[in-house]
Amino acid sequence: MKPALPRWADLVLIPALNLILAFLAAGLVVVFIGEDPVRAVRILIQGSLGSSYGIGYTLYFATTFVFTGLAVAIAFHASLFNIGGEGQAALGGLGVALVCLLVPWPHWTLALPVAILGAALFGGAWAFIPGYLQAKRGSHIVITTIMFNFIGSALIVYLLVNVLKVPGSMAPETANFAPGAFLPFMHEILGAVGIPMSRTPMNLSSLLAVIAAFLTWVLLWRTRLGYEIRAFGFSEPAAIYAGIDPVRITIVVMVMSGAMAGMMALNVVMGFQHRLVLDYVGGAGFVGIAVALMGRSHPVGVILASILFGILYQGGAELAFEMPAITREMIVVIQALVILFTGALENMVRGPVERAFLRRRTA
Amino acid sequence: MASPADLAIELVGISKSFGAVQANKDIDLAVRRGTIHGIVGENGAGKSTLMSILYGFYQADAGAIRIGGQSTTIPDSQAAIRAGIGMVHQHFMLVEPFTVLENVVLGAEDGALLRPSLAKARAELTRLAREYELEVDPEAVVGELSVGLQQRVEILKALYRQADILILDEPTGVLTPSEADHLFRILGFLREQGKTVILITHKLREIMAITDEVSVMRRGEMVRTLVTAQTSPSEIAEAMVGRRVLLRVEKRPARPGATLLEVENLSLTDEKGVKRLKSVGFDVRAGEILGIAGVAGNGQSELLEVLAGYAPATSGAVRYKGQPLDLGSRTNADDRRDAGIGHVPEDRHRRGLVMPFAEWENSCFGYHREARLQGPMAMLNRDAIRALARIGIEKFDVRPPSCDLKTANFSGGNQQKIVLAREIERDPDVLLIGQPTRGVDIGAIEFIHQQIVALRDRGKAIILVSVELDEIQALSDRILVMFDGAVAGQRDASATNERDLGLLMAGIDPFAWGAA
Repeated sequence: MKPALPRWADLVLIPALNLILAFLAAGLVVVFIGEDPVRAVRILIQGSLGSSYGIGYTLYFATTFVFTGLAVAIAFHASLFNIGGEGQAALGGLGVALVCLLVPWPHWTLALPVAILGAALFGGAWAFIPGYLQAKRGSHIVITTIMFNFIGSALIVYLLVNVLKVPGSMAPETANFAPGAFLPFMHEILGAVGIPMSRTPMNLSSLLAVIAAFLTWVLLWRTRLGYEIRAFGFSEPAAIYAGIDPVRITIVVMVMSGAMAGMMALNVVMGFQHRLVLDYVGGAGFVGIAVALMGRSHPVGVILASILFGILYQGGAELAFEMPAITREMIVVIQALVILFTGALENMVRGPVERAFLRRRTA
Repeated sequence: MASPADLAIELVGISKSFGAVQANKDIDLAVRRGTIHGIVGENGAGKSTLMSILYGFYQADAGAIRIGGQSTTIPDSQAAIRAGIGMVHQHFMLVEPFTVLENVVLGAEDGALLRPSLAKARAELTRLAREYELEVDPEAVVGELSVGLQQRVEILKALYRQADILILDEPTGVLTPSEADHLFRILGFLREQGKTVILITHKLREIMAITDEVSVMRRGEMVRTLVTAQTSPSEIAEAMVGRRVLLRVEKRPARPGATLLEVENLSLTDEKGVKRLKSVGFDVRAGEILGIAGVAGNGQSELLEVLAGYAPATSGAVRYKGQPLDLGSRTNADDRRDAGIGHVPEDRHRRGLVMPFAEWENSCFGYHREARLQGPMAMLNRDAIRALARIGIEKFDVRPPSCDLKTANFSGGNQQKIVLAREIERDPDVLLIGQPTRGVDIGAIEFIHQQIVALRDRGKAIILVSVELDEIQALSDRILVMFDGAVAGQRDASATNERDLGLLMAGIDPFAWGAA
């Protein structure tokens, strides 16, 4: 029988150890280029959590990752590896932009529900095709979703350059939305209730992300559909035995996953940039994979991992600014180390920890 | 007591634990040279762990191993082979696209060039074939051999590596009775040549038939070692379980009622173009158990899958209560359940249960669309499901009685009880059962058999597929034998015997033979 760790060790201790190892390795890299790792950590933390400005940016990034992370997590539960978050989010951005541009919205409260639908519809549709191909034709989802990232990217380039660009402008981006389609910024919301906060891109979407995480939890662990998704994910033959249609589950899960990825557009496009900019996703779809892995595909874990990556993004930007020897590329290396240790090398720590627990239990 | 030199293997005080689970507790075992020594015990009794220690897969926490009187450490299977131990695993370790010769030589080549090794092996195989009735064509591709012959290749592999001690783990599970008889003959020759054989099995009949001594394990401990000639199956069974066990199922004669299921000309050709079912036809009536016997892989699994609604048939018809069933799709399982056809699948790990689920989640698996289990807003009514799960646990004596425990943490017998509770508690009119006691300990087998008979006595029709001939004979009212996808013959359970059934399982109908 496989020895099981206590729940807290599985959920807290192992990720924490992985993180410490990642930071040690990253620290070595910093030492190697002749900088002080302790100061680097201080700047990283200070820059991301030391002020309401830093926190705002950190949570703005984190919000994006929650959406793309949940997208990957939902698919994981059905044993589907959706690495097409990048393309699905890009299409979600198109959906949001179209909703916001085509209707002269008088107020964001009216625009938001339709924008959510737009993001979900476009993102979901982009995941539907690989889902359908997997379910009906057996084309592997990893291959098709990554191809659809490229197709999606090309499609958006075409639309932004030839169709949606403002006439006479040199920039491949849509016109600005009307202010009636802007989601309120967090500093505006907090300011209205008397809490001062620096101006940051953080906006109402952060609350939507928390709601999305909660609804994902309800879906997976409370609804009949979630029960069928998890059963299918653990064992397809068992699912068929139980009368669960694998074709239906595969397609439904992929559409939900794509819809969730598309929702990141609410945060970036509708909440901050207020127009669709070329390549606005910027790798967040792939960070979602790391977030889902690190968060063990659980919504709470996804939120925590997203905040960590938000810290790395925001603190990393500060670090590049404060310590010029640590370039932007160096920051990417550090982030990559975190992904490596928390995702790929997870079992490296797991084995020794399990043995340590066994010794303690038998002693 | 035998002197140490007479002992092929002596284990002294072997202990091994995995975490909190002590798989072997202070085990002493003495196997005399030139004997066949049986090791029996329920699942999880520690037989496999003990043999894995002997073969170098695991290291014992404490204790000593002596081979031929010499203290030995066995850090890996290479060391075991050097010490003269060979093992035939339950699941063969053969490279299917290779020839017999290549498989035998694999890992025991003499040098970088294959030709001399192969020549040497060919000569050696001829000798072994003559000496032990181990004939196999050295040039045959292993994947094309029957299971019985593949097993022979495994034995040849061990002998080629000069094994003096041969360990066989549940060797007859995949064999027809006549193949099993041949295997026992081979083992007899090996014994005559002074080889030592350790036979791990749960079939008491085999223990009685072939072994010289038998050691009984229970819960990680060696309970006792008996001289086979001086013991009885019931004594061994009692030692295994720790209490008296009914080896025979008590049941009244069947009182068959209306015909519930009619199968006609059912055929199934799989994607590779192999005919899995060939014009299978039979009836099942209310209040009877129809046993389907046969060596594994002769179409029984496919038959169950078609009836259960998740394998489409190529042609043929099945009528249930006079109405035709849809055989065209692999997603008909829920329609079958709605109609009152329950199904205990052959493979509970892969199909019948979702192992990482909590027990309560599995207690409604497949029935999770029932109206009484639905909550508001597309949610499941967890309280209702748990309440039903608790009833099932109590009625079927599932241990430990906790519906929140992860299913994988129950023992095999209790997992099977979870499946049976789920299916039988729905009170189906027809119950399809595949391998009800595979991997289930003797104590639970008794209980499961009683439940199946009780369901029959409530006037339900039962189709029982099992590769255990004993089980088929003990439970069935009528027996249908399948061979190569077709029905080889039908018998009344009271009017047949093992030999008759064994011939049918090998595709020979002695009755038809005589009539022709």
